Amino acid sequence: MAKKALVKEGTYFDSVSLMSISKDIKALDGINEATIVMGTDANKEILKNANLLLPEAEAAKPNDLVIVIDGQKEVLDKTIDETNQMLADKKASSDEEKEYNPGSLDGALDLQPDSNLVIISVPGEYAAREAKKALKRGLHVMLFSDNVPVENEIELKKMAAEKNLLLMGPDCGTAIVNGAPLAFANVVSRGPVGIVAASGTGAQAVSSLVDRQGVGLTQVIGTGGRDLKSRVKGIEMIKDMKALENDEETEIIVLVSKPPAKEVSKKIMDEVKKLKKPVIVNFLGGDSAVVKGTDAIWADTLEDAALKAAAFIKGEDEVSSASLKDEEIAEIAEKETKKMASSQKYLRGLYTGGTLCSEAVILLTEENEDVYSNTPLKDEFALKENLKSIKNTVIDLGEDEFTKGKPHPMIEPSLRNERMAEETEDKEVAVILLDVVLGYGSHMDPAGEAAKAIKEAKTKVADRGAYLSVIASVCGTEKDPQNLHVQEEKLREVGAKVLPTNVQAVRVVNKILSDLN
Amino acid sequence: MTKKLEDLFKEELNVINIGLESFAENLKDEGYNAVQVDWKPAAGGDKEMAGLLDEIENISDKIEAANEKAVEKIQKSEPIVIDVQTAKDALPDFSDKMILHAAPPEKWEDMSGPMQGAAIGACIYEGWAENEKEARKMLDDGQVTFDAAHHHNAVGPMTGIVSPSMPVWVVENKTYGNKAFTTLNEGLGKVLRFGANGPDVIKKLKWMEKSLAPALREALSKTDGINLKNITSQALHMGDEVHNRNKAATALFIREITPFLLETNYTNKEIKEIIKFMAGNEHFYLNLSMPASKATMDAAHGIEYSTVLTAMARNGVRFGIRISGLGDRWFVGEAQIVDGLYFPGYTEEDACPDLGDSTISETAAVGGFAMAAAPAIVGFVGGTVADSIRFTKDMYEITVDENDNFTIPPLNFRGTPTGIDLLKIIETGILPAINTGIAHKEPGIGQIGAGLVDPPEECFKSAIRAFAQKYIK
Repeated sequence: MAKKALVKEGTYFDSVSLMSISKDIKALDGINEATIVMGTDANKEILKNANLLLPEAEAAKPNDLVIVIDGQKEVLDKTIDETNQMLADKKASSDEEKEYNPGSLDGALDLQPDSNLVIISVPGEYAAREAKKALKRGLHVMLFSDNVPVENEIELKKMAAEKNLLLMGPDCGTAIVNGAPLAFANVVSRGPVGIVAASGTGAQAVSSLVDRQGVGLTQVIGTGGRDLKSRVKGIEMIKDMKALENDEETEIIVLVSKPPAKEVSKKIMDEVKKLKKPVIVNFLGGDSAVVKGTDAIWADTLEDAALKAAAFIKGEDEVSSASLKDEEIAEIAEKETKKMASSQKYLRGLYTGGTLCSEAVILLTEENEDVYSNTPLKDEFALKENLKSIKNTVIDLGEDEFTKGKPHPMIEPSLRNERMAEETEDKEVAVILLDVVLGYGSHMDPAGEAAKAIKEAKTKVADRGAYLSVIASVCGTEKDPQNLHVQEEKLREVGAKVLPTNVQAVRVVNKILSDLN
Repeated sequence: MTKKLEDLFKEELNVINIGLESFAENLKDEGYNAVQVDWKPAAGGDKEMAGLLDEIENISDKIEAANEKAVEKIQKSEPIVIDVQTAKDALPDFSDKMILHAAPPEKWEDMSGPMQGAAIGACIYEGWAENEKEARKMLDDGQVTFDAAHHHNAVGPMTGIVSPSMPVWVVENKTYGNKAFTTLNEGLGKVLRFGANGPDVIKKLKWMEKSLAPALREALSKTDGINLKNITSQALHMGDEVHNRNKAATALFIREITPFLLETNYTNKEIKEIIKFMAGNEHFYLNLSMPASKATMDAAHGIEYSTVLTAMARNGVRFGIRISGLGDRWFVGEAQIVDGLYFPGYTEEDACPDLGDSTISETAAVGGFAMAAAPAIVGFVGGTVADSIRFTKDMYEITVDENDNFTIPPLNFRGTPTGIDLLKIIETGILPAINTGIAHKEPGIGQIGAGLVDPPEECFKSAIRAFAQKYIK
């Protein structure tokens, strides 16, 4: 073995490029170690510690590039040549390929003068200002950022209403405009269904299911979660449903939200009455009485809303065709239950999608008295003490208490894997219920990530002579970059029962829990 | 007719994405148009500045109109060199025993080393003192009045020293009639503008006064003036940016003036010496490019509500700017150390902070703003050709318009970024790009390198405070 160093004066490369080239060089035959760094003191220290600080390297300056190779003597020269070639290739490609990104909205407008929509996802304290600028320039806005003060939201929405512009958000995670998936959105066909949704995963679930029914969408417009609260008064939802009413392509309008504040609900329904197009209302967990006196159609769940919309377009009366029959549910449940040990009693639901989690909590509560959650229906079922699970527990891992300083679990599902391992330490746990959300914005292989944890958990529980049931559903379409079918298969391969929708998955869980009692 | 919301649904979607880059990439993957913005918080997250910008936004119509007017004046200006005169005769309000220097104004005792050295040289050159010791004494005693050259329609590179007997170029803005002045460039090495003041320096200055200037004056008298805007435009197509590279422009100027020099009564030997001097100095044209820029920017100065920068200048201690709509006040910050490459034997330790009026070039849409036109010097300032293009492209973000006359071949002949807007600087946090020479901090050593330097943010911040105070009731 021998060492050789080369110093290239005043040649700068970023550390990421250098690390990747170092890695490639190290993989060559006869090479023990290869380090390519800028000649800073910190890097020299690293070389010294690696016993690679040859005299040439020691003399290098911070803007010099230092190459040190440790390997078989006869290949050193060749390797240095090869390194030079890789560096040259890197430089050429980085110089040519790097696209110029403007530093401001106005700069972007210079570059693309016919821009019509701005997505803003900068930190909340700056977001309102950027949104205001965009509105002033006549641009529609999708405000993905959260932590925008409600006063700003009201001001922006009023301004947008005056200018006939969209102000989706703040905290709007999902929209599909003219077929384009914005932020967290699934790839769906174009068609006659228009959605206005106050929740992101709600919009994803409904739009995906509509698509899977062979029906397409005109627009999926997000309003942000606060739009139907008493302070904002539904400014955005009212404006957007009117726009869909006037849109020639849209034949049916679906409204998706948690139950609005009472006076806002009335206001929304007053507006719904004025629309000529059919409207499906899904105020998840709300009272179906709100549609009384209107022509609107109530939908209990996200699934229900999607199926009713699709059935309307297809001219079908029967909407339950996509749902499984009670016997089918019972059969799946029974197969799962009979393998369990007598100590196993409880459910742990681990959700990445907030609205899917709410839907699960609502449906579980219908048949089980105590469903604990970090987003419970009643305060008495709120998790306390470090959010430790109690009896039947369903957790929204996308809530602030889990995401502070970390990415959202839809982007980085490993957070759920840790929790799954933790939950399955509990011998009383019988069922894990989970969602997998596909589409742009999400992790590129969320089912693959979940599968790792499922496999480990199942093995662990089997090793102690019990059986862990994993019930899952995947929100997405075949056209999503992750592909619905491929993702469902990954879950099945590790023994999870995959149901077509969240509602069906919860039905199976409800049956298992009742069988266990 | 105003647009309806639903009209969007019939348009092609063209997205601007501010924030998470993946959102733009996803759209492109699906075949949609998306432009990513490399976002930074407005004013770098400075709440006071962002607040002022919001207030000023309320009068944006007036500001935009004023800035358009300012830029129109920049575009229409036609600087022509018409004469060489003695400074005391040419410059307004230039009294005896006065020395002008690079702006902003500075007291003798606070001046940088090179500037003091050059002032001493000027005292000796003028015959006010026999030697350095005498000169220092009279300067310490306050026997010489100092002022910024800018206050007398003049600009000077580096220390920018102008004393009464020095010859100056007379550049006239043909469109608006105003004039601007700069001394003749001495060349590189030990020169007064870098603070050198030895006998050789003074001797050369005397030769320039007695031989060079009268010959050029006589030659110019036979012309209708030489159009500097034309020379600069051509030079940008020949690899100059006319601040740090003046090779092509100098050659073009020599080509223009030589026939007229030959028409003078000077001997061939004398003319040869003059041409040799000009040709031996790649920066000879800098001292024509600068007054051309000054004459242009003075025309755009004094427009109410305009936020366009009409001057940037550094004196080795402070960096100052002037704003068209804010009168003759300088807004200042500390001059920075240039980040650059040093000639062998010198380091940053030896450098004088940023120095000279030559940043008038950038305010007039050349120099660093035309970096993409001058690939030959990007190596000198430590970058690649791609860097130089990015450099210029960034400047479009902080300017009002693109130049009608100065165009950049590698950017498909796009006009140079023109009319630096104070508001855009604060908004984007993008500072004007300046490439400049580096002077040794001790007088008399001269240039020791070149590189890039950022103006201090403070000068822009104080200007915007003053703007809000003046215009927001």
